[in-house]
Amino acid sequence: MQASAVGSVQERFPDLPVVAQPTRDQIPTMWVPADSAREVLRFLKTEIAQPYAMLYDLTAIDERMRLKRDGQPASDFTIVYHLLSFARNQYVRVKAALREDRLSAPSISNIWPAANWYEREIWDLFGIVFEGHPHLERLIMPKTWVGHPLRKDHAARATEMGPFRLPKDKEEREQEALRFRPEDWGMRSSHDGTDFIFLNVGPQHPGTHGVLRIVLQLDGEEIVDAVPEIGFHHRGAEKMGERQSWHTYIPYTDRIDYLGGVMNNFAYLTAVEKLAGIEVPPRAQVIRVMLAELFRIISHLVWYGTFAQDLGQMSPVFYTFNDRERAFAIIEAICGARMHPNWFRIGGVAQDLARGWDAMMRDFIAYFPPRLREYDREVLANRIFKARTVGVGGCTTEEAIEWGVTGPNLRATGFEWDFRKKQPYSGYDNFEFDIPTAQTGDCYGRALVRVEEMRQSLRIIQQCMDNMPEGPYKSLNSLASPPLKERTMHDIETLITHFLSVGWGPVIPPGEALGAIEATKGNNGYYLVSDGGTTSYRTRIRTPSFAHIQMLPLLCRGGMIPDLLAILGSLDYVLADIDR
Amino acid sequence: MISPHPIAALIGILIVVLSIASGLIWIERRLLALWQDRYGPNRVGPFGLFQVLADTIKLLAKEDWIPPFADKPVFIIAPAIIMVTVLMSFAVLPVAPGIIISDLSVALLFFLAMSSLGVYSIVLAGWASDNKYSLLGGLRAAAQMLSYEVFMGLSLMGIVLLAGSFSLTDIVHAQQRIWFIVPQFLGFLLFLVAGLAETRRLPFDLPEAESELVAGFHSEYSGMKFGMFFVGEYLGITLISAMITILFFGGWMGPVLPPIVWFLIKTFFFLGLFILIRASLPRPRFDQLMAWAWKLMLPLALANLLVTGAVLLAFYR
Repeated sequence: MQASAVGSVQERFPDLPVVAQPTRDQIPTMWVPADSAREVLRFLKTEIAQPYAMLYDLTAIDERMRLKRDGQPASDFTIVYHLLSFARNQYVRVKAALREDRLSAPSISNIWPAANWYEREIWDLFGIVFEGHPHLERLIMPKTWVGHPLRKDHAARATEMGPFRLPKDKEEREQEALRFRPEDWGMRSSHDGTDFIFLNVGPQHPGTHGVLRIVLQLDGEEIVDAVPEIGFHHRGAEKMGERQSWHTYIPYTDRIDYLGGVMNNFAYLTAVEKLAGIEVPPRAQVIRVMLAELFRIISHLVWYGTFAQDLGQMSPVFYTFNDRERAFAIIEAICGARMHPNWFRIGGVAQDLARGWDAMMRDFIAYFPPRLREYDREVLANRIFKARTVGVGGCTTEEAIEWGVTGPNLRATGFEWDFRKKQPYSGYDNFEFDIPTAQTGDCYGRALVRVEEMRQSLRIIQQCMDNMPEGPYKSLNSLASPPLKERTMHDIETLITHFLSVGWGPVIPPGEALGAIEATKGNNGYYLVSDGGTTSYRTRIRTPSFAHIQMLPLLCRGGMIPDLLAILGSLDYVLADIDR
Repeated sequence: MISPHPIAALIGILIVVLSIASGLIWIERRLLALWQDRYGPNRVGPFGLFQVLADTIKLLAKEDWIPPFADKPVFIIAPAIIMVTVLMSFAVLPVAPGIIISDLSVALLFFLAMSSLGVYSIVLAGWASDNKYSLLGGLRAAAQMLSYEVFMGLSLMGIVLLAGSFSLTDIVHAQQRIWFIVPQFLGFLLFLVAGLAETRRLPFDLPEAESELVAGFHSEYSGMKFGMFFVGEYLGITLISAMITILFFGGWMGPVLPPIVWFLIKTFFFLGLFILIRASLPRPRFDQLMAWAWKLMLPLALANLLVTGAVLLAFYR
């Protein structure tokens, strides 16, 4: 199985210089020439036995400052394609090397529609041109931005960029760039004598749950087309990953999916620990699982209440936020913070569980199921709620995979795929739980899946409580950070080691790894490249919301404005998770 | 029974109605808070009673801004229309024996006419704002009102048949033996739904639909012009509750307590019901709302009228 993807490619393209690269995460990785990447990817998607159906992620690396690339083909910029095969239950990583004098590669947006935004993002942040792309515009940065921020020679801080000035002519240029022209968005203003209305939804709109802008092309109230615009919430999290040490980047991850709390730490640290080769002790694993599942409930509660509110139901949001507050009380007791606990550490967690945590958790497990039943009656069984959601915004499993949809939104189409079961991490294979699915793929199906997931999360938490192992809460590996205090005060050697690993942070061996987990909203993956330093060389954050929002036009075409709100609510996205 | 002078009744009813409407804002916020596990306004005055007063002062002190792109005269007149039409309807309501401003013989028709005129306020506001969200809100309002007016009138015709009069006083008197809720239960349900739609309250708040259209027809309104829409909505709820009391629940009639107290008790009961409905239901989609009006409500109203007429013909001729 291991080499078979690379082997098949070599067999199919005998003339191609395909170079296999060993990686820390054991994902089959191959280098192919950029000009042939499209053919190789098409082969992997359609022709190979047990094909790689999903374009999981697509990103780039600026390799010009790399020191330790032993054995890899020469490259200034590398495009990295991550594909996922459900039949094989395996990823494959395809890399295409580019030289600085010719930064272009063929677009694969006609193979995977989901590649559209990913390629725009790469053009925006790295300046790599994709030939044949239908609409290669900036996606994340403003249209008037100069430069490509994820290049190594681009400043990371505003203070490195000189003072900000806004003279009259620049102001006018900026204003002009904001002018709305339907043609720029790929829309026509009239058709067959009908003039369309263009309705600007957001970036400030109560229904978009954050700074998301959607331009609607309307015929009456019917949606002809919708074009989402993102980037308003962009904070350069990936760029910051290249500046912060491995350890001090953890709090930044908290703020990616800001409703997911430790779930973000979890994905990031899975990747870091793969790179460092750290084995997390059993107690820390179970603690991680327990808190992650509690955060899954917390995140789903926000979704539940706000979804009902999007449909005009006023009260549920107060009830669910109330319950969320009770869950936060536990999080606060254990971690000391609520939404952004920053509590997982490289090799374990920050501290052992607080005394009395089990009593609090037990109270919550007893309290919550009756509330869920009440919400079922109030929301899911409500006939108006059903009328608004059943059959609205549906998609098939094939479409979902095509667009890179993961998590509850994928399971709502009837496809039982949960990374906790299929690719167990942190000991998820020791737990008993079901994977809820729905068959319809519509807004109602997504709601059913999430509600049932909360029950399953409770089951997992219960098992964590019943079987909490004893032992250390952090690995004794020398790269685990910060090192345990009680082990440092013995002699000068231990003190110096501690001093260095707190001051500089751990030095992670060179290599690359993808750490992907089943986060609250879908698959959240951190693709980290280490050059053997105290910071990551490249931090790529693959978020579920990005893929989900890209699919929005497909879901809402032909619907009405209220349907758009129902679809947005049912997708459960977070803007920071889209823009990073 | 001594009737007060019509002018005295006018002033009295105006004051009472306006204070009920504004008091209702406080009641609604407190009740919603109670049902939603939170506090609601409880800082200004005892139990937060003066919150409305504080809000009114705030609204009055705010800049009364008219967007430069708006159709100015229409923009100004729109919020006045809703206040006027709703207040006019109160003129024909018999609150208690003799306490009525104008005992019209066609009071019911007058009420229906005024409520139909009220929609102009919403439509004109949506139009004059020259904002796409407002326009969509106005369009929704026009379509919604049109569909719901139709069976609103029809749902009341059964009562007219039973009472043999359009006069609200006569209708109350006709309920001496039995409240019309019993023979006209279907009519009551239809009127309740139509009344909800008429006041544009959840689940019929499509014209403003906060989560979709951001406030719909009154997105552009600020200061006291917004305040008029706001109070107009609460006046509307009070009006519909009072009408339900008069038409189906024997108006002021009841044992022991004075008539006006009975009238208030019944009216407040329905006010509470309206608030409870708002707290519990989601909002249907526009086309579903229309489909229900034309495909379900209208035939039911017609059937109700037909059956009532047939029964009357058969037994009471």
